[in-house]
Amino acid sequence: MIHPTPPGTRDILPEEMRELRALEAALRAAFDQHGYGEVATPTIEYADVLRRGDERYANAAYRFFDERGDLLAMRSDMTIPVARLVATRMQDDDPPFRLSYIAHAYRAVNPQRGQMREFTQAGVELIGAPAPEGTAEVIEVLSAALDAAGLNRAVVGLGDADLYSQLLAEFGVDGEARNRILDRLATHDLVGLELAVDEVQGLAAEARSTLLALPGMRGGPEVLDRATELGGEAVGRASQRLRATYDALSARGVANRVRLDLGLLRDLGYYTGAILEVYDPALGHILGGGGRYDSLLGRFGRELPAAGFSLYLERLHVAQTEEERQSSKEAS
Amino acid sequence: MPRVVEATRARQEGPLKLALPRGALWGETLDALDRIGVDTAALRSDSRALVFETSGLTLVTLRPSDVPTYVEAGAADLGITGKDVLLEQRDRIVYEVLDLRYGACRMVLAGREGDTALDEDERRLGGMRIATKYPRITERHFEETGRRAEVIEVKGSVELAPLSGLADGIVDLVATGRTLAENGLEAREEIATSTARLIANRVSHKLRAEEVDDLVERLRPKGLK
Repeated sequence: MIHPTPPGTRDILPEEMRELRALEAALRAAFDQHGYGEVATPTIEYADVLRRGDERYANAAYRFFDERGDLLAMRSDMTIPVARLVATRMQDDDPPFRLSYIAHAYRAVNPQRGQMREFTQAGVELIGAPAPEGTAEVIEVLSAALDAAGLNRAVVGLGDADLYSQLLAEFGVDGEARNRILDRLATHDLVGLELAVDEVQGLAAEARSTLLALPGMRGGPEVLDRATELGGEAVGRASQRLRATYDALSARGVANRVRLDLGLLRDLGYYTGAILEVYDPALGHILGGGGRYDSLLGRFGRELPAAGFSLYLERLHVAQTEEERQSSKEAS
Repeated sequence: MPRVVEATRARQEGPLKLALPRGALWGETLDALDRIGVDTAALRSDSRALVFETSGLTLVTLRPSDVPTYVEAGAADLGITGKDVLLEQRDRIVYEVLDLRYGACRMVLAGREGDTALDEDERRLGGMRIATKYPRITERHFEETGRRAEVIEVKGSVELAPLSGLADGIVDLVATGRTLAENGLEAREEIATSTARLIANRVSHKLRAEEVDDLVERLRPKGLK
């Protein structure tokens, strides 16, 4: 008899489980070495808690009432639960807090595309350490985690979440036009971006070319020089923030792992300043992401700067397998 | 001779892999490649091969609607397909990097010439019966205009649906309007316009930035920045 599991969920058999556990152990050791203590939080939270962190419930797809009529939600990531934990359970402790987790999270996805409803996130949160050093530390841990997973070729894209909103404010673009431009950037639609920018009434020619040039600017630190040449306050400030982070990364010896990317935009509302995405040449999908969320803890009543990242464990495993396959092919 | 290469999930070494759409965009896509000095002789031959190595690129040929699938997964670094395909597969995460300007056509809602069935459906039945190969574009269009449609998905000649009574209207792609006219149909509303687009995989766009940008610049239609 065949008894299926719901789409986007699956069983794990011993052979795969052994590999996943080995990968988890390697990541855990890397987190531990950097002083990040592991925490666990409930799979279900009050929906209000997620909403406090992100107006759209951080994309939590599964919400339901419990026996008392309270609205609960399956967590969609660990960042908001950890923010709640720090504000609630660590009230009397002094920051900074270095916390790590390896835990399931739940999202609505299209199972046909290899995305899962239930997946595992492995990551860290550094709470109470401001930019740029806090950001650089998180990227250093991320880099160590990627090495521990055997993904020596993996690259971290580093961008700035505030760049475009500040830029549009500087250019006086607001309302519908602003939302349209941010949407095109978030959906990677560079053709639509040009149309949306051209629809803005009375936009100066330099402002237009800045908006169209920035999303394509990605690479080494020379990208920041090119961006600064475009001029404008918002670009100048974002470039300064990124340069400070990059310098801190250089001092830690992990700058070579990082590619600056002024086109980066993440879809969660709580990001401020630095944002990250992780790529490996063996996989066409991103392996994870993160960034700073300096205002998130304040929403839980404890104003603390914070940054973190999370990696998709199952995708790391796929990338690991692909890298092994490719290197054994090269060897033979 | 075209050489078949081994497929991998994504390849950061070796030539960029470009997915090309067989079908309506095929001819103009090959012309665009000719203009940037890519040798398309093997693709123009009646070879059954699906993969070609030429002029520093790996070219893979597929159905236009499969192009975003391959590019999203990283099985191709870049791809060319119609905006209609991208609109229908809106949730695919790919970079849309360039409007190639050829293959222009319109997505329209069409009904039988002089027939009032569509309006009547709306008035008396609360919604139109629409056959289409583009169910998601259709549903979105009706939603955005505050109306309701019963969307019937078909795979083949959609013009047949209103002629045989499966539906009262269709949503389809129209280049010249000849097929509509020949089947006694007329366009009632324009939903979107479409041209060929160059798309890029999210990881390739980052990790092979220079090569991707170089190809984008070479393919950029003349007269555009």
